[in-house]
Amino acid sequence: MGELLLMKGNEAVGEGAIIANCRYFFGYPITPQTEILEYLARRLPEVGGAYVQAESEISAINMVFGAAAAGARVMTASSSPGISLMQEGISYIASAELPAVIVNVMRGSPGLGGIHPSQADYNQSVKCGGHGDYKLIVLAPASVQELIDFTILAFELAEQYRTPVVLFSDGMMGQMMEPVLLPEINTTPVDRPWATTGMNGRSPNIIHTLYLPADDLGNHVKQLFAKYDQIAANEKRHTQFMVEDAEIIVVSYGITSRVAKAAVEMARENGIKAGLFRPVTLWPFPDKALKKAAENAQLLIDVEISMGQMRDDVRLAINDRLPVDLYNRIGLVPTPEEIYEFIKSRAREVL
Amino acid sequence: MPKGYSRPQTLIDKPWHFCPGCNHGIIHRLCAEVIDEMGLQNQTIGVGSVGCGVFSYEYFNFDGIGPSHGRAPAVATGVKRVLPDRLVFTYQGDGDLAAIGTTEMVHSAVRGENITIIFVNNTLYGMTGGQMAPTTLMGQVTTTTPGGRSRNQAGYPFRVCEMLATMEGAAYIARGAVYNPAQVVKTKKAIKKAFATQMAGLGFSLVEVLSACPTNWGMNPIQALKFVEENMVPVFPLGEFKVTPIEAGV
Ligand SMILES: Cc1ncc(C[n+]2csc(CCOP(=O)(O)OP(=O)(O)O)c2C)c(N)n1
Repeated sequence: MGELLLMKGNEAVGEGAIIANCRYFFGYPITPQTEILEYLARRLPEVGGAYVQAESEISAINMVFGAAAAGARVMTASSSPGISLMQEGISYIASAELPAVIVNVMRGSPGLGGIHPSQADYNQSVKCGGHGDYKLIVLAPASVQELIDFTILAFELAEQYRTPVVLFSDGMMGQMMEPVLLPEINTTPVDRPWATTGMNGRSPNIIHTLYLPADDLGNHVKQLFAKYDQIAANEKRHTQFMVEDAEIIVVSYGITSRVAKAAVEMARENGIKAGLFRPVTLWPFPDKALKKAAENAQLLIDVEISMGQMRDDVRLAINDRLPVDLYNRIGLVPTPEEIYEFIKSRAREVL
Repeated sequence: MPKGYSRPQTLIDKPWHFCPGCNHGIIHRLCAEVIDEMGLQNQTIGVGSVGCGVFSYEYFNFDGIGPSHGRAPAVATGVKRVLPDRLVFTYQGDGDLAAIGTTEMVHSAVRGENITIIFVNNTLYGMTGGQMAPTTLMGQVTTTTPGGRSRNQAGYPFRVCEMLATMEGAAYIARGAVYNPAQVVKTKKAIKKAFATQMAGLGFSLVEVLSACPTNWGMNPIQALKFVEENMVPVFPLGEFKVTPIEAGV
């Protein structure tokens, strides 16, 4: 545990990857992600790794596929339009059961959208935008420190479950600077007996995603989902703040959850029993914890920088027992005052 | 008595799924023979493709990867950056390489990526039932050019070797065929040179092989071999387009 450093969110992701022993990065420039690429282009050669600037995000994700198949710790990062281009490759990586980390520094969309902060790729990653039956672990950090810590966690989960992990950042977190502590982790070499590294005396290792006989495909998908069940049982994460006696619970993740916390504090100071529930894993969604947190609540407010893409998961978690309002801004992070005013107005009507 | 001609060690003993008269089997075998002769079975990672060669990893007796349609050179790039001392090659059809995967092919050559592409040109999309490919000949009938490929509708055949040979990152570029034993021998030599170029670290290499598709051409195997020689070779001339001398020699 070293000294406190001031780091930009995007650089923190890059350094987190280095700490996690990731030595390969393939990417393509896009604002507001580009500093991850620039940081690793400089850092990876220093630590004996390789950086390739791909000709597109399609190529980048397929380079990730190859490097992961070859048994390496590997990452790519992009922002919303680039992540769209990666969807086919992500489906292949999930099916081939390769560990990989994909960072999405989400920006305004649809289309070219803009370079504002956004959370509008929730459905794309949490519901899986590629073809077929698969799941992605999706982590939602809310500070520069967590960008480092969760990058490391993403590699550990990817390795443990041999599955792609998506790390959500956004146009604000990627660009903001905060003090961080660089963690030290032990980097014991990982055994990957399945990797295609050249036979060297063993029988051939094959990494593929084609199962022509229906039974083979069925068994493959069932086996994937047995793994996803295990992930869902073990890896749901959340944090909560003042939910025990809360009548109104704000549900929010990532950058907006920080602002929402300040709004909840303001509400408490003004006599409104508000609380905050923050999903840390978006898949698996911490549904049971939310259901429990909401036991005494009368209203939930979903706060997002999207048209409410997480709201369906919130409703499902509580079996649609309570109203779930949406407070959102598109293209910018709401202020604590704005969220507080919304809480106040809803408190007047509902409570 | 020792056998004069036997199965290469790197080819698994299993019946091909290819149609009668298809040349994919010969081209697979040539890759396997070369890898045997170079003693690289334990150091090879084969990257397949989506097309009639999709099951290459089921025939080759070495580590294999099945990538998505067209992206084999990107996948091979990822493998090679992690394992720079291994033989990494892709095996791709003309739809896979010269249509959907054009970007990945060109930019592997731009980077001088130290990989080899074995490019099987049969002038159409075999696996999906004989649609036009970028390599379809002028006037050639396919299921999507029922009146023959015309300039106005679909432009001209794509000559991959000629284009790649202009690139500095390309170290070895050659086109061969397998329509008679002499051409088979020449093509094998080209594949060997390409693999040796890679093992010497000289950069990107590609061997295009003109290949018969009797099923989708509506011909018998003999007619199809003749079609390669008489109709394909004039458009896709055989030979070496770029050679970088290898000091240590093959
Ligand atoms: C993204 C995507 N698009 C389309 C296909 C369907 N597809 C499978 S094989 C193929 C064409 C293969 O033709 P070619 O590469 O020429 O190889 P051949 O079968 O002729 O050997 C196509 C279009 C696919 N699998 N994936």
